[in-house]
Amino acid sequence: MMEGPQLSWYLALSAILFTIGVVGVIIKRNVISMFMCIELMLNAVNLTFVAFSSFFRDVTGQLFVFIVMTVAAAEAAVGLGIIIAIFRNRESLDVDDASVLKL
Amino acid sequence: MVTSLLFILFAGLAIGCALALVAQRNPLYSAISLIGVFLALSCLYVTLAAPFIAAVQVIVYAGAIMVLVVFVIMLLNVEAEERRRTRLGYLVPLAVLLAAVLIGEVAFILYSVPATLDQPPGPSNVGLTMSIGVGLFTRYLLPFEITSVLLLMALVGAMTLARRAAVFGPAARVISGSQPAAPVVQPLSTKEVKR
Repeated sequence: MMEGPQLSWYLALSAILFTIGVVGVIIKRNVISMFMCIELMLNAVNLTFVAFSSFFRDVTGQLFVFIVMTVAAAEAAVGLGIIIAIFRNRESLDVDDASVLKL
Repeated sequence: MVTSLLFILFAGLAIGCALALVAQRNPLYSAISLIGVFLALSCLYVTLAAPFIAAVQVIVYAGAIMVLVVFVIMLLNVEAEERRRTRLGYLVPLAVLLAAVLIGEVAFILYSVPATLDQPPGPSNVGLTMSIGVGLFTRYLLPFEITSVLLLMALVGAMTLARRAAVFGPAARVISGSQPAAPVVQPLSTKEVKR
């Protein structure tokens, strides 16, 4: 019998989640949905870090996850500010409507 | 054995919620699916003996960031994406193709690299709050401080981006409209600041 989940299981799950995030970023048109798919990709990488940290018994991976979460929070604040600015100027959240920088 | 069952349960939950996130058209439902992914990943962190990261995952991601996202979705009154034919219609088969290539690459790497690290995580104090705090304040003190500077920059940047109406002065307090109002008060140039 197997004695527990192995490292490759976590890596495979992380790869699947990351790929779903990539597909979402490509096929979504709503900028908020694309933003959430980017968050999903960040979380997939975090899972890889925690899995390696736990299997190597080294705390560095979890410290890196901590810093990645901080960067994600900063990204959320700035990104949502940008989304609000785009919506004010263009009345739309479709990325095809915001394909040029000028108004 | 129990850990394997828990892994399968939460991995299935995470993948299902991630697929729902991509498949939904309403961004609010996507946000709720993303919260499901975050909670499933938090449970997986517990099976990896990382309780601190699991708690921070729930508090920061499912708590703070998703509240911000849901707040913005409701503030902007987003409707579901209409099913209109975009000129970028070839993107969906392209996305599926790229996903297949990516999964293939990862599967090749997973099969070609010999698995030497397949001991499941036993009892260790790696994931506890104390070891994380010790690492964060001794060896990784500089990244920690730089992170605080990054958060300060994000704070100032978000306020600058979101409060554009205040820059334009009281006569141009038009929140929305296709034509942005002309700026009444020009932003201070560097020459004026020097004077």
